[in-house]
Amino acid sequence: MPNDSLQKEFAAVVGQENVMTGESDLHAYSYDSAVLDQVSPAMVVRPETSEALGRVVKLCNENDLKLTVRGAGTNLSGGTIPHSGGIVCLTNALNKVLEINEDDLYAVVQPGVITAQFAAQVAAKGLLYPPDPGSQAVSTLGGNVAENAGGLRALKYGVTKDYVMGVDFFDVNGELVHSGSKTVKCVTGYNLSGLMVASEGTLGVFEKLILKLVPPPKAIKSMMAEFDDVGAASQTVSSIIAAKIVPATLEFMDNFTIKTVENFRGAGLNTEAAALLLIEVDGHPAQVEDDASQVEAICKEHGAGKVTVAKDANQRAAVWQARRDALPALARVKPTTVLEDATVPRSKIPDMMQALKRIAREYKLTIGTFGHAGDGNLHPTILTDIRDKEEWKRVEKAIDAIFDEALALGGTLSGEHGIGLAKSKYMHLEYGTAAIEYSRKMKSVMDPKNILNPGKMLGPLLT
Amino acid sequence: MADIKRLAGMLQELDDLLTRCMRCGLCQAQCPVFARTGREADVTRGKLALLSGLSREMLTDPAQVREKIDTCLLCGTCEANCPSGVKVTDIFLRARAILNGYMGLSPAQRLIFRRMLPRPKLMNALLSMSALFQGLFSKEADPVIGSSCARFNAPLIRDRHFKKLAKKPLHRQVPSVDTPAGASGLKVAFFPGCLTDKIYPGVGLAALKIFKHHQVGVYMPAGQACCGIPALSSGEADAFSSLVRQNAELFSAGKWDYLVTPCATCTATMHKLWPEYHRGSLGRVITDNIMDVSQFMIDVLGVKPFQNEADKTPVAYHDPCHLRNTMKITAQPRSLIEAGGRHTVAELPGGPSCCGSGGSFNLKHYKLSTEIGLEKARAIGATNAPVAATGCPACMLQLTDMMSREHVSIPIRHVLELYAENL
Ligand SMILES: Cc1cc2nc3c(=O)[nH]c(=O)nc-3n(C[C@H](O)[C@H](O)[C@H](O)COP(=O)(O)OP(=O)(O)OC[C@H]3O[C@@H](n4cnc5c(N)ncnc54)[C@H](O)[C@@H]3O)c2cc1C
Ligand code: SF4
Ligand code: SF4
Repeated sequence: MPNDSLQKEFAAVVGQENVMTGESDLHAYSYDSAVLDQVSPAMVVRPETSEALGRVVKLCNENDLKLTVRGAGTNLSGGTIPHSGGIVCLTNALNKVLEINEDDLYAVVQPGVITAQFAAQVAAKGLLYPPDPGSQAVSTLGGNVAENAGGLRALKYGVTKDYVMGVDFFDVNGELVHSGSKTVKCVTGYNLSGLMVASEGTLGVFEKLILKLVPPPKAIKSMMAEFDDVGAASQTVSSIIAAKIVPATLEFMDNFTIKTVENFRGAGLNTEAAALLLIEVDGHPAQVEDDASQVEAICKEHGAGKVTVAKDANQRAAVWQARRDALPALARVKPTTVLEDATVPRSKIPDMMQALKRIAREYKLTIGTFGHAGDGNLHPTILTDIRDKEEWKRVEKAIDAIFDEALALGGTLSGEHGIGLAKSKYMHLEYGTAAIEYSRKMKSVMDPKNILNPGKMLGPLLT
Repeated sequence: MADIKRLAGMLQELDDLLTRCMRCGLCQAQCPVFARTGREADVTRGKLALLSGLSREMLTDPAQVREKIDTCLLCGTCEANCPSGVKVTDIFLRARAILNGYMGLSPAQRLIFRRMLPRPKLMNALLSMSALFQGLFSKEADPVIGSSCARFNAPLIRDRHFKKLAKKPLHRQVPSVDTPAGASGLKVAFFPGCLTDKIYPGVGLAALKIFKHHQVGVYMPAGQACCGIPALSSGEADAFSSLVRQNAELFSAGKWDYLVTPCATCTATMHKLWPEYHRGSLGRVITDNIMDVSQFMIDVLGVKPFQNEADKTPVAYHDPCHLRNTMKITAQPRSLIEAGGRHTVAELPGGPSCCGSGGSFNLKHYKLSTEIGLEKARAIGATNAPVAATGCPACMLQLTDMMSREHVSIPIRHVLELYAENL
């Protein structure tokens, strides 16, 4: 616990009103969106300037205080669960869009800017910032970069890392490190910005981000295809890509999710369907027409029972409403919702779906699966009640089994939700120990006192 | 510590409701209090985590938790948008009652909730006395809006630009009404609500004029009590039930088709909270019969927006949270504004949001309430409309104060007043 004089030092840096030490305030920073045990920090600070942010980092290092930077606290892997005795530093007061450059197609932002608000400002200038995680209404751009967040448009437009041109960050001594540039090309020095992406607050504290913008597509077309066989649905996904069409979005919902969504909204989904594909193509109007009719034909070739092409904005909204309803509808079924993130090569989706079915049966659990079929990133969602101790044990075993299966199919532990505390124990399964050791050594040089979000990603604290 | 155990035990009844929150944090996009403070303990997710922490004995100081639970407008915006369907209002109201039971009310609150509020006659008498004297205490601040700021720094009044109590409350101008259904074949029971009665009698008169014009019969009995929300939101379940019982008996005695009110907060309270929290019978006053006046006008009477080519005056419309979030009523007040044929709705930049009033929130957290309200006033100003309107006297009161401070010198009217002007 930082003593009184230290508290005063922090107060001198960020202002007394931006230091929180009350029991209730601390408790409110003991969790994030992951289903994990809570840990309260010793103090929470909310710097309002870049300079104060840098000085907070330095103070923490000088006093051996473990520092957890927190954006909106919506990550699903425990990345912002602090250490008892540690400091939480909020970025949500550093929320300015500093520049949107329409000539050179980039923007400069502070790390606490809310993703959707930024995207809206960019759209108002007739440009597009594509990464659109499901949490975009509240997530911060700093959190997006630190987790390398993906979203619905990832298949065609890529994920957050594809839009990071530069990151200015504080090292543990509070020195501001510049990296990257506002130019499309830049090979000056190591790719430190790249190193910051997905670093989960363990390597540096972002002060400023340079993000790439693109022109928006001129036309968009959405459609929904029903299948009575999961295998056929995922064959369709492969065939669409094989036909050299890259839809902006290619989403999947299994039968359980379809039924739950229909129960929730009553929008007339076919509850008999084994799977739904929700597809959106965008680009030049002529090409969009072409792609859309080709995609429709491919769906039918693979036995799609019904393909509904949205004719106007309302119908398009209805298609995406169904997808947006997936998580809310599932979340209402049981008290606890565990949203998993295992990702496999897209051709392996049928195998993964088979495996999930088997795992649900074996551990007697309810699992609804939806997700980004186009990039193999599925969200098997386990519906449970954490208060039921016996069932919770089975949930933990099922999660292990899901990871084993994903890795056996040549996939990865996490497509977009990060490692944090939740998945650090599985890291060696995917990469072996050499990668972890290399990462630990690197961190030990950059953060010798191990104050930057220790224990996240690289496994339990050794000291 | 033993005591904390007892409190934890009392809070256990909320456990099923609390575990529904999956801590996704999406309420950060909705909560007007969080938008000002940026503190997790102020957003829904944080408040729920505090209650859950208290019930699991992870916390030791209920006073801190209570303060956070009270830092809430009960605007319901988080609930209306929560992906997990958490019954937030329900949780907060129950939690307030539990915390009050455990920690007690302040003597002043006790006096108001247990002694004064449940006695409508006494309340009316006390307030009409203060209406006579208030001229001594306030000076006209902005004659256009009709607010007046306190000349003396009275503790509750501070530097507010207060709307004065009406010289003659509605119940003195029109003590009671009982007219038969006319050509419309319909008869409504009319519940003006405290603020309409005591501060905005003009809204009540407008409603009566409208009913007369559309040949709707009216049952407005004397001796109506407060709808009960101030008591319930302060955790006073007994006072609440006593008020509801008085009203239920009064209205069950008459014959009518719908019970209507011009106050968003009263409508929401009667619609959602009376059946849920009242211990006892509601007689004829059942949810399906209770409506906001604009909803009745459009959905039942079938009044239509007026189509003509005339130049129309834009009206900046503020959605009261209790209509928008709790009742899902957004189209009807807008249609009613346009039904008169002289006005058109100007939407506020940034979309709908709370005005920061929140009943007693406004008294306890005046600074926060003001910050939220001033932003609303600026949004109204930005429309450049020459008049603003809303569907709730509580919002009118808050907006009067805020627009006056922000120098947005345009009148704020109830949608019923705008419509009635054309009749
Ligand atoms: C309903 C829901 C839907 C979601 N959908 C998606 C989705 O579609 N795709 C996806 O990828 N994710 C998704 N997520 C996960 C989560 O929203 C993302 O990981 C998001 O990027 C987190 O942003 P945040 O601001 O909440 O960061 P936080 O959770 O606050 O922090 C995340 C990590 O970033 C670090 N960090 C934050 N700011 C900084 C900084 N300035 N400097 C250094 N480190 C920093 C933190 O220390 C932490 O390790 C979803 C979550 C929810 C609850
Ligand atoms: S939006 Fe609902 S489920 Fe999500 S954190 Fe807020 S209250 Fe909980
Ligand atoms: S009711 Fe309104 S003020 Fe209260 S927590 Fe919900 S959004 Fe915030």
